[in-house]
Amino acid sequence: MKKIEYTKIKGHSVPYFGLLGGLGFMILLGLLATWYMEHNGHYVTGMTNQIVWGMPHVFAIFLIVAASGALNVASIASVFGKKIYDPLSRLSALLSIALLAGGLVVLLLDLGRPDRLIVAITKYNFKSIFAWNIILYTGFFAIVGAYIWMMMDHNMYKFKKKVGLLAFVWRLILTTGTGSIFGFLVARSAYDAALMAPMFIVMSFGFGLAIFILVLMAAYNWTDRELGDAVVARLRSLLGVFVAASLYFTIVYHITNLYITEHHGVEKFILMDGGIYTNLFWFGQVLIGGLIPLALIYAPFVRTCRKTLGLISTMIIIGGMCQVYVIVIGGQAYPMEIFPGYEVSSSFFDGMVNKYSPSLPEIILGISGMAVSLLLVTFAIKALAFLPSSLADSAVDPHAAK
Amino acid sequence: MSDQINDSRRNFLSKAAVAGSITIAPGVFLHQTAQAKPDEQAVSNSTRWGMLIDTDKCAKGCTGCVDACNNEHALTGFDRPESDAQYIRKVSLVEKQTGHEISLPLMCQHCEKPPCVDVCPTGASMKREDGIVLVDKHICIGCRYCMMACPYKARSFVHEKIEDQTLSAPRGKGTVESCTMCTHRVDKDGIPACVEACTEDDHNAMTFGDLNDPDSAISQELKKHGGKQIRADLQLNTGVRYRGL
Amino acid sequence: MTKRFLQLSLILTGLIMLFPLQGMAETPFPTIHEPEGAGVKCVVEDEDVMRRNHMDYIQHQRDKTMREGIRAESDGSYSLSKCIDCHVEANDQGVVPTHNDKEHFCVACHEYAAVQIDCFQCHADRPQKFIKRAAKDMGGE
Repeated sequence: MKKIEYTKIKGHSVPYFGLLGGLGFMILLGLLATWYMEHNGHYVTGMTNQIVWGMPHVFAIFLIVAASGALNVASIASVFGKKIYDPLSRLSALLSIALLAGGLVVLLLDLGRPDRLIVAITKYNFKSIFAWNIILYTGFFAIVGAYIWMMMDHNMYKFKKKVGLLAFVWRLILTTGTGSIFGFLVARSAYDAALMAPMFIVMSFGFGLAIFILVLMAAYNWTDRELGDAVVARLRSLLGVFVAASLYFTIVYHITNLYITEHHGVEKFILMDGGIYTNLFWFGQVLIGGLIPLALIYAPFVRTCRKTLGLISTMIIIGGMCQVYVIVIGGQAYPMEIFPGYEVSSSFFDGMVNKYSPSLPEIILGISGMAVSLLLVTFAIKALAFLPSSLADSAVDPHAAK
Repeated sequence: MSDQINDSRRNFLSKAAVAGSITIAPGVFLHQTAQAKPDEQAVSNSTRWGMLIDTDKCAKGCTGCVDACNNEHALTGFDRPESDAQYIRKVSLVEKQTGHEISLPLMCQHCEKPPCVDVCPTGASMKREDGIVLVDKHICIGCRYCMMACPYKARSFVHEKIEDQTLSAPRGKGTVESCTMCTHRVDKDGIPACVEACTEDDHNAMTFGDLNDPDSAISQELKKHGGKQIRADLQLNTGVRYRGL
Repeated sequence: MTKRFLQLSLILTGLIMLFPLQGMAETPFPTIHEPEGAGVKCVVEDEDVMRRNHMDYIQHQRDKTMREGIRAESDGSYSLSKCIDCHVEANDQGVVPTHNDKEHFCVACHEYAAVQIDCFQCHADRPQKFIKRAAKDMGGE
């Protein structure tokens, strides 16, 4: 096995600058949307006193969860010693930082008082999982930043394993924290489950790897670098495992809830008569995000087709967005069971399913978060040597005899 | 030898007398201050403010408490009921099995263990020593996590720019707010505006008082008739109790 | 070449430095409305002490009131509403400035000093007696 050579991409071409420009324009739109929402107040959005977290939070949570999953490839290389993933570690770490940054940008810009960010990072209520998340996110940047440094600097290479282990543990705690944001809420029937934290971790595996595969294939395709089948096949089968695990957690979550009489209301809502939430769950999360990708991953006739893999990854991302939408918004749409056993009505929309229609500024803000992530990656691979110059089979596979 | 025993007994008795008077004196002092809190004095946990709502006396169509609260705090509506602030609301209940109807006002329950205080990242959601749960809007960043966490949906987010606020309710765009149990009145020996309105209209469905004072009207009512918490299973030990539920 | 480069950069720097001077000439010192009535002196602290430290007093007081319920209405404490009662008055035309107007007591100085304040996002910016509320605006039906 030859030593892997990492090189910066040239980044001279018109399409490259076009990509940067397009992403930059998307970010500009996001900033405009933020100004519009913040200046007028949140009444211009679809979020209300009933649905307090909306599209921005769906995007933000998806990106933050995917961020921790994107680090998987690097962790498997450094922590679990699978050498074939070693060349991919730098891109994996870069992507995870970029996705986290994008998610946080959306989250912070949606705050009611984003001008009080300094307050948020100086005053802490340590009983709040949200406060812990702020510490975990900033720590993640620092630790993965150090991890990248270990990977790139020959003198620090010997520390790579230790920092990699720290990054691996940290990101598990971080995703547990993100899942616990919902899991710790006793108020709402859709949350209030210890399962939320590990479920989020398993979701992160699938989302992160799907995005990683898309970014990897695009980067190598568009820079005319060789990406061998050995790497792609390994990533593909890994993706299958993650999707299956995610489906498993979904099944366990819902079956458990179906056993708990007090949660029957919310289960019936999500699984049967929740309208859009039911559709997004079955068609989005389960079918498009789970069953069809599984079928395609294990179908023999498309095993080496890269386009299919790209399609599979895209479907997993769509299914993941649907899953987060159902969790975040579906969980709020279902009325809180303040008076079990009673029919409730009031001027504050108690006792009824809450309506939510996402407004354009919210959606633009969410998409601009994705643009921030992609812009960071696009720029970084030109600034520093993140990508191996070749991922051909002969370069990476320790067992390739050919 | 007998002198030694006398000495030590004398010592013990004098020390016990001092200890006893030190123990009793604050109680005497506190009992006096429980009746009137001077402006310069901080609130203390010797008091716990609470409310008792008798749902049998609460009339279905009446919104006296809601109107009083809206007036007191200048909670101007913008004709957008989904995002207009409501500190207190009237809730109509019909029991599914029996058809029994109940009407009651629902506001922040001022829990002893408030979930909203636990989840606030900056500590803006706070509980005062005397049990009143508030939002310190100086450090609220408007993340709305407390709104997700509140089991009673008591909190509102200010969705638009606010002008012409009253002194009793500084409120502004981008922060979260909820029933303050009229601290501006209570700290000056008053009662909340909703309770006052209900009493003035002779409905007398709402009682306000000190739950820590066994002689207060509310404590005696609670002792006699009991008072249920809404969502008692969450064991938050709310300061607002209901009869007839 | 170096000498010419240095000469050019010196001239450029000199030209650039003229801009702030022009800016300073255009920013007038604000007219601070002096409150009329008893004393014409701040009841709490001396004028120069207040100018330097009023933000610390207000911020300390807000925590005392918010967290501990120490109401600021008694004499000698730094109540924001009391400051406003004295300092925000009707002008000669009988119009009371709001925090959107440059003539407002707090805004006049803060705009000059370019220090943003967000007190009036939540707090009333003029005495309650000047605030008219229509009865129909009340009530969140």
